[in-house]
Amino acid sequence: MKFGVVIFPGSNCDADTLHVLGNVMQVEVVSLWHKDHDLQGCDFIVLPGGFSYGDYLRSGSIARFSPIMNEVVNHAQKGGYVMGICNGFQVLTEAGLLPGALLHNSNQRFICKNIHLKPVSRKGLPSQQISTDATLKVPIAHGEGNYFIRPENLKKLQDQDQILFRYCDADGNVTEAANPNGSVYNIAGVMNEQGNVFGMMPHPERASEQALGNTDGRQVFESILSLVNA
Amino acid sequence: MKFKAEIDIMPLKELLDPQGKAVKLGLGNLGIGGVDDVRVGKHITVHIEADTEDEAHSKVDTACKKLLSNLIMEDYSFQLSPVEG
Repeated sequence: MKFGVVIFPGSNCDADTLHVLGNVMQVEVVSLWHKDHDLQGCDFIVLPGGFSYGDYLRSGSIARFSPIMNEVVNHAQKGGYVMGICNGFQVLTEAGLLPGALLHNSNQRFICKNIHLKPVSRKGLPSQQISTDATLKVPIAHGEGNYFIRPENLKKLQDQDQILFRYCDADGNVTEAANPNGSVYNIAGVMNEQGNVFGMMPHPERASEQALGNTDGRQVFESILSLVNA
Repeated sequence: MKFKAEIDIMPLKELLDPQGKAVKLGLGNLGIGGVDDVRVGKHITVHIEADTEDEAHSKVDTACKKLLSNLIMEDYSFQLSPVEG
């Protein structure tokens, strides 16, 4: 299983993601430049966090038309794995690979802090191996993370077990107060119907090493790896 | 022929518009009373070449649908006019 991390102009979590995958999780990983037309044989593509194209127009909207995105969309449509973290999640919704959209945070602020996550989906790779009784402390850092989806489509996400993570408090209670950005149904991450494209606003790659004082995010990568290597 | 498109992109009415909410607060602080609702969108001008007005219209419409707006959260409208010279 070879991983590829796409670098757009303005990506700023690419090095963290490459480091965690390569040095912490010890998997084969390469960086992919946004102007490339070739995924270099990667099986699992990660779109990292950052501010691609300065977040101009809408977060992720211009990156979505970067040359490499043609290959990423193709890869996803053929069933290949794609995961977007933060800005990467925004790019995937803009590309139509994931349902919904990410609006400005309801409190009108950029939020950079630790939040808590409740793993939900028993089908999705990033959450499947983590107990639903667990609570993960993972940082968020975004201005547009307010997940929006129409009620009829939310119902579909629920019915098809496509919700990966929900914002909760430190004790695992999903409450309005624990919702940092106004997301519908406290949604922090979702996957597509086919189960091969994932997106989440929180940054597991920033919480995967003891040296950083938090390894909760590592469980997300462990869950993915235990399933894709199975 | 050259055309100019004046494009307006607005957040959907049913969605909370945090920018508009903040501006409304600012207007209140400025002392302007009676402000009922403020919504903040984008205005984009595009100069475009096309053989006919219909073709220009269709190009701008595609641009709005695919890139300039996100129909899940915004709607758009535009006026097209020929540019002399």
